[in-house]
Amino acid sequence: MTAIQSFLAAIGAAVLGLCQAAGALTLFTIEGATHIFRPPWYPAEIGRQLLRIGYFSLPVVGLTAFFTGAALALQIYTGGARFNAESVVPSIVAIGMVRELGPVLGGLMVAGRVSASIAAELGTMRVTEQIDALTTLSTNPFKYLVAPRLIAATLAMPALAFIGDVIGILGGYAVGTARLGFNGATYINNTWNFLEGDDISSGLIKAAVFGFIIALMGCYQGYHSGRGAQGVGRATTNAVVSASILILASNYILNEMFFAG
Amino acid sequence: MSGVTPKIEMKGVTKAFGRKQVLRGVDLSVAKGESLVVIGGSGTGKSVTIKTIIGLIEPDAGDILLDGQTILGAKGAKRDALLERFGMLFQGGALFDSMPVWRNVAFRLLQGKQKRPVAEAREIAVEKLRRVGLSADTADLFPAELSGGMQKRVGLARAIAADPEIMFFDEPTAGLDPIMASVINKLIRSLVAEMGATAITITHDMRSVVEIADRVAMIHDGVVKWEGPVGDIEHSGSEYLDQFIHGREDGPIEAIR
Repeated sequence: MTAIQSFLAAIGAAVLGLCQAAGALTLFTIEGATHIFRPPWYPAEIGRQLLRIGYFSLPVVGLTAFFTGAALALQIYTGGARFNAESVVPSIVAIGMVRELGPVLGGLMVAGRVSASIAAELGTMRVTEQIDALTTLSTNPFKYLVAPRLIAATLAMPALAFIGDVIGILGGYAVGTARLGFNGATYINNTWNFLEGDDISSGLIKAAVFGFIIALMGCYQGYHSGRGAQGVGRATTNAVVSASILILASNYILNEMFFAG
Repeated sequence: MSGVTPKIEMKGVTKAFGRKQVLRGVDLSVAKGESLVVIGGSGTGKSVTIKTIIGLIEPDAGDILLDGQTILGAKGAKRDALLERFGMLFQGGALFDSMPVWRNVAFRLLQGKQKRPVAEAREIAVEKLRRVGLSADTADLFPAELSGGMQKRVGLARAIAADPEIMFFDEPTAGLDPIMASVINKLIRSLVAEMGATAITITHDMRSVVEIADRVAMIHDGVVKWEGPVGDIEHSGSEYLDQFIHGREDGPIEAIR
């Protein structure tokens, strides 16, 4: 085989591998999503996942949002001062947090925490034959493992994003009043008056999509984990990387849709 | 066995993973209430054989019959009904480490068609634990708190919790000391006899073979090389079986595979 043929063969193999992976992920997504709507459901599992994905992610999301809101206030103040528009700080912080930074940064933080944890858990279950054991115990692993995580993450992420939005705005408020000389009541008025319903709803819709992606990638990578510690480690890394990339890509697509709408 | 429909029958089952052909046409049958032990070296297709029966792996070709009816391609309620007839002990126990021992044992009784009230399911779990030689105190422990032998017993209790009619044991004594291995072997034998179940065990432990088997089948290179009553293994006339049971390096089985 000539060097050119080898090169083309390598490209062909990579493209085929990519197509195969995309096909496998699509089938997994369809199967996982359909089990969300088909009984039996496992409410105790959904509750456990809501607690784990939602409640225990609050500190991470809250801290991220607070410092992001605070830093945003400083940056917008610096930029706004160039146009004598320092007064826009409250409204831009609010819009920026609610429409973009709250859901996206929250999503990325939760992706790092939850996607990795789901992939490691399911990967270990795969390696130790616990997923096979579920099947032999007449329990569909998609219903028992995948669907509850998809449901919980899709419900928890908008709640986390909403709390993150509020904390982020509070971060901006803290810096605005303590460092930038804003009056507290004026800051809150400006925040509230310029914020529209669409800002909030678009951010929450995005967060729900990100939640689905986070759980999906964790489940997919964990479910198809390779053997041994190395296989589980790879699944964990792939889950975080793929969830993060998909969050950023879907964020752009959703923004285009909202922009067009 | 002629004239009587076998409980389980495999006909020409093949399975490849990528380019690796693991099963090359396995023909095997097990009569009702019989204990068949499948032996063979590592990587010869023993685990794949029972996983194709239980439906965890789909064969590429051939047929698998249960009571004379094919079970390949069973889906939905039909598959659930099939799985309810099976019980399996996995090599590493495969206990769910997120739940206590009693919930592991009673897992099948806490959901699905066999669902019982929680108190009743727990009572059954404690009784099954007692049956495999574990005290009620074990019920609230988590799998990580148990020794390897205890985990195997819990796995066994889980396999028998719903009184299945067909049981599979994957390397039941792997990783156990000889005394514990003998305890597990005898437990399997007595449970299978007591429940009147049909059992398929895979192992490469010859002591398990002697203590568990009615009949023995040896798999090598993806096919059954020898099959017969356990009493015949010492004078089988099969070079493969002779080499395997005496652990000789010389013979038709390559020492390094």
